[in-house]
This record gives sequence, structure tokens and C-alpha cells, in this order.
Amino acid sequence: MTERIVLDARDLVVRYPGSPPVVAVDGVSFTIAAGETVALVGESGSGKSSVARAVAGIDRPAEGNVRFDEGPVEPLGVRRRARSLTAIQMVFQDPSTSLNPRRRVGDQVADGIAAARARGLEGSRPEEWFERVGLDPSWVSRFPHQFSGGQKQRIAIARALAARPHLLVADEPISALDASTQSSVAALMRDLVAELGAGMLFISHDLAVVQRIADRTLVMYAGRVMESGDTAKLWADPQHPYTRALLAAIPKPDGTGRIPAAPTLDDRASWTTVPPITD
Amino acid sequence: MTGVLTIDELTVDIGRPLVKGVSLDLHPGRIHGLAGESGSGKTLTSLAVLGLLPRQATTGGSVRLGDTELLRMGRRELNRIRGRRIAMVFQDPSSALHPQLTVGHQLTDHVRTHLGLNRSDARDHAVEMLERVAVPNAADALGRYPHQFSGGQRQRICIAIALACDPDVLLADEPTTALDVTVQAGILQLLRDLATERELAVLLVTHDLGVMSAIADDVAVMRDGRIVEAADRATIFAAPQHDYTRGLLAALPGSRLETGTHLEEDGA
Repeated sequence: MTERIVLDARDLVVRYPGSPPVVAVDGVSFTIAAGETVALVGESGSGKSSVARAVAGIDRPAEGNVRFDEGPVEPLGVRRRARSLTAIQMVFQDPSTSLNPRRRVGDQVADGIAAARARGLEGSRPEEWFERVGLDPSWVSRFPHQFSGGQKQRIAIARALAARPHLLVADEPISALDASTQSSVAALMRDLVAELGAGMLFISHDLAVVQRIADRTLVMYAGRVMESGDTAKLWADPQHPYTRALLAAIPKPDGTGRIPAAPTLDDRASWTTVPPITD
Repeated sequence: MTGVLTIDELTVDIGRPLVKGVSLDLHPGRIHGLAGESGSGKTLTSLAVLGLLPRQATTGGSVRLGDTELLRMGRRELNRIRGRRIAMVFQDPSSALHPQLTVGHQLTDHVRTHLGLNRSDARDHAVEMLERVAVPNAADALGRYPHQFSGGQRQRICIAIALACDPDVLLADEPTTALDVTVQAGILQLLRDLATERELAVLLVTHDLGVMSAIADDVAVMRDGRIVEAADRATIFAAPQHDYTRGLLAALPGSRLETGTHLEEDGA
């Protein structure tokens, strides 16, 4: 089977101004194939969000390039985005700020549908997308404040998917949700993306969720990918000391009352000295 | 044996019954876990203890702190208990802290109200608390704002605020869910140590059975407003009796119990 690559990011470097400038992403390369969910994990400040913003064209990387569906990704500017690039959609962390509070939710999903139509795709109705994300289709005429956090995120997902994306970039899409609904929203995203044949870049600090839904996982630390590979393999047999430390910090549900040890500063210093391990 | 906090046949009704007769006993120095999936009523149970339910909620049963009944207590009386004898730590430390007030402000206000300390004693006490939860440069930290701290440090600050008035009971609702796992490990250790050294009775609400297994002494599993199984930690994890508990454990990645069984929707 030949996989169609939807996203090809090469040697990305993202710097933020300052003296000295902050290097948030320091040479990151990866691809995402159609139908594939790739997870980006790592601690806060490791550069995950900067990667997401660069591949979605929100920020221009200082170096490297991003190709989407064989074409370059032009960063967002004041002008309307090229139609073909509406096939990249994002889902953000906080649905209460990513939805417009003054517009009916059905109209906001219709924006996504209009983006798909503009690319020559068949139209659809907001109600269909509501149903797909597990919401009552009769709610389309409501406003965002009438929904819970988890429901709002489902609406944001519906809007993104209604644009029939080839790539969905989701930056911590579940971390603002009630802890016990996180896993089901993540699974929903994975299933719908696969159903549409799109690729997904899924960023999360929740390793348990990533283990459940991602085909491949990239582990970032200090702006670099320390290890990447098939999710199951990476979990079963982590090679890089950082991956090992990260996985060892997850408490095991074994009933022993053992609390994992937090990494020391010496541990942290040692991680960057071991070269990245990629498949 | 009756505990420091006794929840007896608690019911919560918000338009429809959501908590349907929950009984729990919290004991000093012990962490009591409340597990369950979304909508099982575990958070409502903890909110009911402090009278933090939405206005339209009706409650039944009893919640006693020692001999004092909390459920039908007036607001003024409850305010003397909230933060003083029962404190709470929430999921997201960045929304639990006030962004425009210094850490020192938030760490001394309630201490001065509840314990009647003067400004400088309250300040000394605040420094002590920050040192105990291992926030670096405690004295300096008092003058800083929440956004100047990392997520893990913020949760440490929330814990310091919660424990500043030396409460008997701590309600911790998903206290580590918003944190990186590497940071979570440190917070779990801190909660465990504090529970033991301050003889604190902790109610730990979490969906994360790994977290539960790490620090809870006793675990109650909730489903659909009821406790389906309650036992000590070792029993719950090694020999779960109820099908639902078995299902929850089997659903975990890499579980020993993983045998392709799924949670049964139609109930046990």
C-alpha cells in the first residue's frame, strides 16, 4: 500500500524574538499520511504548540519548510487564505474562546461547510455534523454559552471536520475538558478523521490518551524530537532516556501505592546529551 | 468507626437524580479515592460537601463534619468551615488562582480572616507554607503573580492556600490532570506526605486509576450516582469484585486484565 503523504515538515526551526532569541523548535522533521494520527507529546515548553502553529501556517518558521498536499504552506496574512489551504483545519485547546459567542453554533459549522464547497466539494448540513460528533441536531440554533465545555469542543470539531480537511491539527484539544470526557472526545476525533481519510497531528500532554489513539508518536524535549515511532512499539520498548523517563512517570494502576519518582535536574541535563532516536 | 467527615446516603437532584445515595467515611491521614467515569456523580459528591452545588440543586441524606451537619447549614456558618476546616484543590490551577492578585495576597487573606493573624504573622505563615510545598524562593514568590509560575508551581501554590488554615479535610478534584506526568509525580508525592504529616483526611476525585493506585488508601468506584464497589486499594486493584470495576481496569492500556472485554453498556 502506498500512503499518500498529506504533510511533510522538514527541518523546522521556530524562534521567538528576545535577547537572546528563544529557539522553541530546533530542527524538527516529520510526515503525516492520509488517515494517520500522529501524536506530539512532551512537557510544557518543549515546543509542541510551536510545531503545530508552523505546520498550520499560523506562524512562519524561521527555517525549514512545510509542504501540504505537495504544495507549500503559506503563512496566514491579512489576505484571505488560499482555498486549497482550508483543507488544513485546527482544533484549539479552549472551545469557549475558539467559538464566536455571538453566533449560532449551526452557522459556525456552516462556515466549515462553505470552505469545503469553495474547494468544489459537495455541500452538507450542520445537522449532519452535529449528529456525527454526538450532539442533538436540533441544537444548531443555540449559542455557545448554552453548551458544556465538552459539547463546545464537539462543536469546534464539527466545524473543523465540516470543511472536509485533509489534515487536522489539534493542539491540546482535550485538556480544557472535564477529565472524564477527555478520552471519549479524543477517540471521537481519531475515528472521524480516519473515516474522512484525513491525517491528524494530535498534541497532548496526556500520554494515556495518546497511547490509545495515535498510530505514531513523536516525543519532543527542548525543541527537538527525541524519539519517534510506532506508538505501540514506542510504549513497549522506549529507547531514548527521555522517553523512558516520561513513561516511567506515569503511575501504574497496579494497586501497590507506588508513586513514580519525579526526574531530577541531573536527569534533565542528561537527556539532551543523547542523540535523537528515530525510526 | 466514624470518620472526621461522614457522608451518609447523600442524594443530589438537579432536575433529575444525579447522586443516588452515596456513603463515605473519611479518616485522618488517609486518602480516600472516588473513581468513576464522566457523569458518575463523583464531582457532585465532593461539591455537595462544601455546599457548592448550583442553586437549583436539592440534596438529601447527610454530610457530617464531626458532629456538625453541613447539608442544611446556612451560608454564613458554612463560610466559617470553607477554607478553614474543609479546603479544596481543583483541576486547573490557572483558573483557581486570581490572575491579578499576588500569590501573597491569595495566601494570606483567608488566613487573616479565619485565624485572625495580623499582616506580618500571616506573611510569615505564608512563607512557611510555600516552603513546605517546595515553591522555590518562597519569600520572593509572595510578591509575584500566578502567570509568573509554571503549571506545577501553581498547583503547589493552590495546595499551600488550601492547607494554610490547617483544615481537617481536603477535597482534591482531579488535582494533577492538567499537569505533565513528570510534574504530576512530584505533586502526588506532596499530597501523600501532607496527608500523613498533617493527619489530613483527603477525598481524591479522579478518573485516573494510575493516580488512584499511587496515593489512595481506600477506593470507591462510582457509577450512575451510586458507589458500586468500595474497598482498600490493594483489593480494588488486585481483586475487584464488581463487573464494572473489572471493566474499568480491563479497559486500561496494557492492563493485566485486558482480555478483549469491554465495558458493558447495559449494566452489570
